[in-house]
Amino acid sequence: MLEINALRKVYGGHGRQVEALGDITLTVEDGQFVCVVGPSGCGKTTLLRCLGGLLAPTSGEVKVAGQTVTGPPDGLAIVFQEYGRSLFPWLRVAENIELPLKSKGVGRAERRKLVSESLSAVGLGDAGKAYPWQLSGGMQQRVAIARAIAFQPKVMLMDEPFAAVDAQTRADLEDLVRTVWQRFGMTMLFVTHDIDEAVYLGERVVMLSSSPTHVLESLDIDLSAERDQLKTRSEARFVELRSHVYARIQEAKGAAAR
Amino acid sequence: MTRVLGRAGLLLGLPVVLLVTWWFASAGSKSFYQPPLETIVKVFPDTWTGARFKSDVFPSLIRLFIGYGLAVALGIALGVLIGANRRLRALVEPLLEFLRAIPPPVLVPILILIAGIGNPTKVLVIVIGGIWPVLLNTVEGVRGVDEVLADTCRSYRIGGWLRLRTFILRAASPQIVVGARQALSISIIMMVIGELLGATNGLGYTVVEFQRGFQIPEMWSGVFVLGLLGVLLSLAFTLVERRVLSWYHGARAAERSGH
Amino acid sequence: MTTSPNTLRRAGDNPALLGLAGILAFGALLEVLPRVGVLPSEYFPPTSKIIAALIDEFGRGDFWQAVVGTVSTWLIGLAIAVLAGIVLGILIGSVPVLRLATASTIEFLRPIPSVALLPLAVVLFSAPIRSILLLVVYASFWQVLIQVLHGVTDVDPVARETAASYRLNRWRQARYLVWPTTLPYAMTGIRLAASVALVLTITGELLIGGTKGIGEQIAVAQSSIAVPSMYALIVVSGLIGLVANLATRRAERMVLAWHPSVRRELPL
Repeated sequence: MLEINALRKVYGGHGRQVEALGDITLTVEDGQFVCVVGPSGCGKTTLLRCLGGLLAPTSGEVKVAGQTVTGPPDGLAIVFQEYGRSLFPWLRVAENIELPLKSKGVGRAERRKLVSESLSAVGLGDAGKAYPWQLSGGMQQRVAIARAIAFQPKVMLMDEPFAAVDAQTRADLEDLVRTVWQRFGMTMLFVTHDIDEAVYLGERVVMLSSSPTHVLESLDIDLSAERDQLKTRSEARFVELRSHVYARIQEAKGAAAR
Repeated sequence: MTRVLGRAGLLLGLPVVLLVTWWFASAGSKSFYQPPLETIVKVFPDTWTGARFKSDVFPSLIRLFIGYGLAVALGIALGVLIGANRRLRALVEPLLEFLRAIPPPVLVPILILIAGIGNPTKVLVIVIGGIWPVLLNTVEGVRGVDEVLADTCRSYRIGGWLRLRTFILRAASPQIVVGARQALSISIIMMVIGELLGATNGLGYTVVEFQRGFQIPEMWSGVFVLGLLGVLLSLAFTLVERRVLSWYHGARAAERSGH
Repeated sequence: MTTSPNTLRRAGDNPALLGLAGILAFGALLEVLPRVGVLPSEYFPPTSKIIAALIDEFGRGDFWQAVVGTVSTWLIGLAIAVLAGIVLGILIGSVPVLRLATASTIEFLRPIPSVALLPLAVVLFSAPIRSILLLVVYASFWQVLIQVLHGVTDVDPVARETAASYRLNRWRQARYLVWPTTLPYAMTGIRLAASVALVLTITGELLIGGTKGIGEQIAVAQSSIAVPSMYALIVVSGLIGLVANLATRRAERMVLAWHPSVRRELPL
């Protein structure tokens, strides 16, 4: 579903060049839940922007459903970290969800249906008439997820979506994302700097090095499909996987520091 | 209850005191140029209702609305164009900086010379005065749209007219409103100046005719009409602004309370 | 091969060069259009003629008198408006009862268009300079007053409580708390007032006459249908406006160099 081939991105300007992505090659199967984790400042967001067609790569290519990405591709939705800035403050919650559907050319009755379905899928069935800024941070991010669901994407990209919410809300939202993925079956690429989160959520965890970024390792997470904040996190296998990822990321940081 | 009354008293107290003071201080006035307020109030209805409303007030208002409307529409259109295009902005910015520094009234004589004193000139006079605040504020507003929202639009492939209408114009609307409000007071001023310098009817023309004809109480009443016009339009603007920017004030209040 | 698009792009990315190109293109357009007959040249003299008229003006004594006249009227009017605006703004702003009592009156007086007072000013004052100053002060005073009122009420409540808990007296609170908060707002008000005051100064000269000033010179040029000099004088009024804008912005930056925030204009 997602193919990344020898992707490289160099930011240029004023004689100084920064190599954000060194050489990334990665494939994500249809319907898989992959978490991308790496030390802060390793170009995770750059990678995601290249996948989403918001940024042109310096070299290499990205394919979504077999099509080379040149601009924002069909059937792909992004959930941004800055929930407060990704929702239109002058539109009500339902209108925020409806807007992408309008530009997609979905009919009015169908739009209504998708809006109410996606809102109830994120547990905000009766918030459609509110303005985003009347909601708490966690609820705003739920709206952003509902908007992505209603768009019916084949691929969903999430850019550190829970970095700015408190711990309790975060756990709820993590479980919500798992539920959404299981119910709708889209391919999910979840970028985070939180190792626990990556291992807890993903079926596979891709570890990135510090910049110039490349793929350190791709690790299959062989935990059961049903995950539970308490049980899963205390399983021996979870701790083992988590420690492994942690060690690799530390290694990468150390290599960069040297 | 007493607190509400107290507040109302404070709000209305000063205007009432000022008017009453004026009324009695000017009551026995023999000064030709400062007639008693009573006289001004007395001549007011005869001066401004009936024929003169149709021949002078109405044409002024029509010109004002057309001119102001054009200034706002053109200012927004050009502002969006310039604000959304980095190169174009760099190209025209110093030029605009100079053009807007020209006090608009100095262009009135040249416009009259070129286009005579007909209605188009008077509307044009209002447009050249009112367009600048709208244009410059729109440029600033469009330039300052949120990057994450812009990315959201791109990734959901919201483009064209829908993007302009639901994103760019709405995101820039707080700035555009600031410009539109400044443009409103400038438009009224330009309307009067256009009529003072070359006209055969209109509010400004009539008031100056009264002055030249030494009809002083009528002249004072004309100043009242102009003042009232300014106050009423500003009030109307505030009402429209509250509707258009209700989301903005709500979001700002939420931000301040630390949501 | 590779250098030429590169240099082109570099020129295209340099805002200063592009801006200069914009001004030159505008001048060239106004030179060419009347010459080829697209615009009637008796009303739109080509740029070169306007520049010639401008140089001609520079050589005349009464032109410089007019510049000095305009600038001094502007500065006197602005000074009165700023002083009155700051003093009254701080006074009204720091006494809640006064603020409440004056709110409706201010809301009513502020939108009165200053030129509406023009006939009044003409009949009330025999000296034209005083009529013009009335317009200038009336128009620019509100800009300062409103901003200062906002500034005074914007004092951080936590800072106010801190000051109260350290028992700073009224004068000290005004000096160390109210004034620093108000200053950026006052500077914004002064900047807005400066450009309004200049517009009204030149308007007053144009409409009332009787003082040496650019506005009156334009009226004179108009009555003798000296079109190029009218344009030259309009350019001069624009240049004065430009200098005024740059000067107030610079002053604002200098005065607020210590201030953490660069304030935006308020949607009032």
